[in-house]
Amino acid sequence: MTLEDLYREVIMDHYRRPRNRGALDDANVVMEGVNPLCGDEIKLWLNIDDAGVITGASFDGHGCSISQSSASIMTEAVIGKPLADAHAVIADFRGMMLDGDAPDELRLGDGVALEGVRKFPVRIKCAVLSWNTLKLGLDEHAAAGGQRVELQHSES
Amino acid sequence: MVVPTSAAAGLDAAAVRADFPVLAEQVHERPLVYLDNAATSQKPRAVIDALRTYYETYNANIHRGLHALSERATAEYEDARARVARFINAAHPHEVIFTRGTTEAINLVARGWGDENVGEGDEILLTEMEHHSNLVPWQMLAQRTGASLRYIPMDVEGRIDLQAYARMFRPRTRLVAVTHMSNVLGTITPAAELIEIAHQHDVPVLLDAAQSIPHLPVDVQALDADFVAFSGHKMLGPTGIGVLYGREALLDAMEPLFGGGSMIRVVELHQSTWTALPYKLEGGTPNIAGAIGLGAAVDYLQTVGMPEVTAHEHELTEYALNLLSDLDGVRLFGPKDARDRGGVISFYVGDVHPHDVGTLLDADGIAVRAGHHCAQPLMRKLGVAATARASLYLYNTAAEVDCLADGIARAKAFFE
Repeated sequence: MTLEDLYREVIMDHYRRPRNRGALDDANVVMEGVNPLCGDEIKLWLNIDDAGVITGASFDGHGCSISQSSASIMTEAVIGKPLADAHAVIADFRGMMLDGDAPDELRLGDGVALEGVRKFPVRIKCAVLSWNTLKLGLDEHAAAGGQRVELQHSES
Repeated sequence: MVVPTSAAAGLDAAAVRADFPVLAEQVHERPLVYLDNAATSQKPRAVIDALRTYYETYNANIHRGLHALSERATAEYEDARARVARFINAAHPHEVIFTRGTTEAINLVARGWGDENVGEGDEILLTEMEHHSNLVPWQMLAQRTGASLRYIPMDVEGRIDLQAYARMFRPRTRLVAVTHMSNVLGTITPAAELIEIAHQHDVPVLLDAAQSIPHLPVDVQALDADFVAFSGHKMLGPTGIGVLYGREALLDAMEPLFGGGSMIRVVELHQSTWTALPYKLEGGTPNIAGAIGLGAAVDYLQTVGMPEVTAHEHELTEYALNLLSDLDGVRLFGPKDARDRGGVISFYVGDVHPHDVGTLLDADGIAVRAGHHCAQPLMRKLGVAATARASLYLYNTAAEVDCLADGIARAKAFFE
């Protein structure tokens, strides 16, 4: 176990220069995810068009470097993706983090860099917060028949 | 064992350290620097040996058997109670009730005393820096009874406004429940004054002494305290054992929280009567090994000397506050003056999240706590979601504080 496993350069880059940070105009999915145990907070905005493609994704929040960089990486991974592909990316990430499954590296992109977090079990929840929030947002959006949804998610 | 030292000579940290086997451990191939004592303390060999001796040579249930092992276990268990009573200067050993820890002790008062003495419209006074264990039981009591909680004014360093406190008492004020030392800020509260003012209004006071009794000489009679709760594991003892001290008359009037073995006088089919203190409040087979271990911990602390422990920690705290406040971008919480506080030091490093700080320090072998420290209302008052916290004890050294300062500087550089 070394610090480099946790704080890979890619992760630190997303932490220092977050991508897609800030509110998204005309978002039709607005989510808030919190981890009450550590206080990490993520706000997530998605724009899903009528064809079921995520045309925009952004985040804001505060918390540790892992939670914030993971959210930044996630927005990049899903922008421009049809919902089915986004679900596949989420499954890749959660499978890698929670079950140790090998992800489709091409599909997951920078998210692969977070694999080292698995060696720091107490930090896994930091990495998956935004992804769990996204998953719930997509599920609620589908359940609402594509209507605008605004929801809060709390890790237990 | 440690060689007793005079107050003038101070505490021999090297000799103390040799009594704690875990301090020789390596973490991530670095020597362990254990600075998470407010969460739990390490255990001296004397405590570990007391546990092993009990299990290996006289393990038996207490107050039951007529056989030799049971008699010895009973004697050792009761001897531990007497030693704890002497340690806090209780008037009687039966004013020491063994519990699982501070949390159970406070819940025991909230149920056994609170349900009998607090009703709708009554008030309980607390501070905003209480640990959840001295907050949630009172919220639960308030919800059961319709009582309300009021908060004693204090500043962000945890200093209580005694004049404002004195004006808070009203005819329906039933209890003051307050920490003796904040587990986040390190602030030592003016317990004697708080109790004296409350008693002028015939209001009893519960002191959450989980952070104070391990580190300061505490005399419950000199304080005139009514209830005092503390945990064994934060004062070199095992986990799962703690104490509720209560004034005899108050404990006598309390209802038991747990019905069962040991706590009864006569049991009939539809009713029972309770036995005397302390057993009335200790239903079921207690943590016998834990109590014996706590007795050994108390012996150890008294051999070193509580004034020496306090003086050593005070010196280290002052050193740490000076060193850390000189670090660029490090924000310290709690009183700036070491005289007003114990060795619990919460801090924030630049804008690096405390969990990242904790992980980086851990990589250097330094154990600190990062999080809300079971004090979410206080975190809100401080305007942070979490802090990192280093907390000192008798075996810590200035060299370890240097390691912490170096580690913090490295963490800050890492994230810049």
